[in-house]
Amino acid sequence: MNQRSMVRAENVYKSYGSIDVLHGVDLNVAPGEVCCMIGASGSGKSTFLRCINHLEKIDAGRLSVDGDLVGYIERGDKLFEQSEREIATKRAEIGMVFQRFNLFEQMTVLGNVMEAPVRVKRQGKSEARERAERLLSRVGLADKANAYPQQLSGGQQQRVAIARALAMEPKLMLFDEPTSALDPELVGEVLQVMRDLATTGMTMVVVTHEMAFAREVGDSLVFLDGGVIVESGDPREVLSDPRHPRTKAFLDKVL
Amino acid sequence: MVSERFVMATLEHKPEVAARPERIRAIPKRHPGRWAVALVIVVLGLMLLHTILSNPRWQWGVVGDYFTSRRILAGLLSTFLLTAIAMAVGIVLGVVLAVMRLSANPLMRSAASAYIWFFRGTPVFVQIIFWFNISALFPKLSLGIPFGPEFVSGSANTFITPFLAAILALGLNEAAYMAEIVRAGIISVDPGQTEAAQALGMSRILTLRRIVLPRAMRVIIPPTGNQAIGMLKTTSLVSVIAYTELLYSAQLIYSANYKTIPLLLVASLWYLLATTVLSIGQYYIERRFGRGNAHLSHRGVMLRVIDYLRQRRRIATDVGGRA
Repeated sequence: MNQRSMVRAENVYKSYGSIDVLHGVDLNVAPGEVCCMIGASGSGKSTFLRCINHLEKIDAGRLSVDGDLVGYIERGDKLFEQSEREIATKRAEIGMVFQRFNLFEQMTVLGNVMEAPVRVKRQGKSEARERAERLLSRVGLADKANAYPQQLSGGQQQRVAIARALAMEPKLMLFDEPTSALDPELVGEVLQVMRDLATTGMTMVVVTHEMAFAREVGDSLVFLDGGVIVESGDPREVLSDPRHPRTKAFLDKVL
Repeated sequence: MVSERFVMATLEHKPEVAARPERIRAIPKRHPGRWAVALVIVVLGLMLLHTILSNPRWQWGVVGDYFTSRRILAGLLSTFLLTAIAMAVGIVLGVVLAVMRLSANPLMRSAASAYIWFFRGTPVFVQIIFWFNISALFPKLSLGIPFGPEFVSGSANTFITPFLAAILALGLNEAAYMAEIVRAGIISVDPGQTEAAQALGMSRILTLRRIVLPRAMRVIIPPTGNQAIGMLKTTSLVSVIAYTELLYSAQLIYSANYKTIPLLLVASLWYLLATTVLSIGQYYIERRFGRGNAHLSHRGVMLRVIDYLRQRRRIATDVGGRA
């Protein structure tokens, strides 16, 4: 491994009650890397993604983002739980895009994108507006600034959600099945925005079922099954020549 | 339009496509029951109208004399003031209680539950009398460190005026009901909204204030409007502790001149007028907080009336054109 990881997971465990969801996940994502995670539903990929920005707490192992443990501070050999405020500060540096968009429905598109920069980063309104408008034109929605989310198609909503996350200038972007809730004809426009984002050098962890995207844009591919990483490597190699029988079985079903 | 559609149809389908059949004209179903009910209602209505107009003991002249008298209007103003302050106390405290009930801290949750249990479980009428007589329990009120020194103190009797007792009783009681309304509103918001806010680095308070509560308003506003309308009428109970709101103002007048019925009518007519105004206000506030659901909310009263009239005219011309 190289000297610095954006995301570093060592033997991460997570369970809900008696159900083990993550069963010792090890992963390294380098700065600028696009890491795609695939696997059947229930394999733990979304849970792992949510652990990265502490929407879920891990039970065992170590998980760090840009060198800092997620949710804890280490002093000597003791771990101290971070305060609400410290966790929020960390989260502000990590963008997240959800399967069901989760736009703030009582706000306009522009309001959605400006909200966190103004309220969390304390940016001036005019500055935030200018940046929001730039981001909206980057995702091709400059003309929808004053629309409400419900007036947009799913693909447009998801592009707004990406702009909203980018407005915080994150160092890492997490995508949780960003195209799974979309009608087939709208998937392309969202993937195009993500493709453009990848070319800017953004570090991305993408949970997806879009194998073509993983093959074309991904720097690495991780296959999860039963809460462990079964296989990982170059997406083109893994997708065309899977080593592990479980990877092979999964790919046979989806490809 | 019609010919265009016809051309389209003939182009798409076979040339011998059937023409649009004539609109169905059937003999309407009979409703004999409706006529019977209508007759009963009309008779009862006429009887009511008859007593209102012919029974001199209503004393409509006296109603007119007192309707805008200075004391009645002052009482009305007090009723409004009491309603507004009690609702404000109820809403603010209700939000706090609702958040406490949804807190992760079990102590907070049980404290809020106990409060709601107590204030919903005892009659508001009793609470009003209780607060007014609080000096019997605590003759001296003081501000200071618990079990320590006092900074200010005074007699409860001079501090607890009828107005303050009314605010305390109505506001604290209302908070218990508002807490449940707000809680239902907060629960109704998609957890994804909270997650999205958290993922952006928003604190819990900020998420509540900017994302969850505005979203919950759609669920909170309608029952809150009902509560406000209920509160306007409940303030009349305060007459028992001699606070001169609308009802007590009327009582003071009729206890001197014995014109009981007309003065109760004066008070009732004002209550009716005030609740009607509040209902209209409620409609507009509900519309405002429906924002983001444009398709549901952006058509106002006038537009709806116009829609209705248009629809009727269309039916009328359709029927007329065919007849």
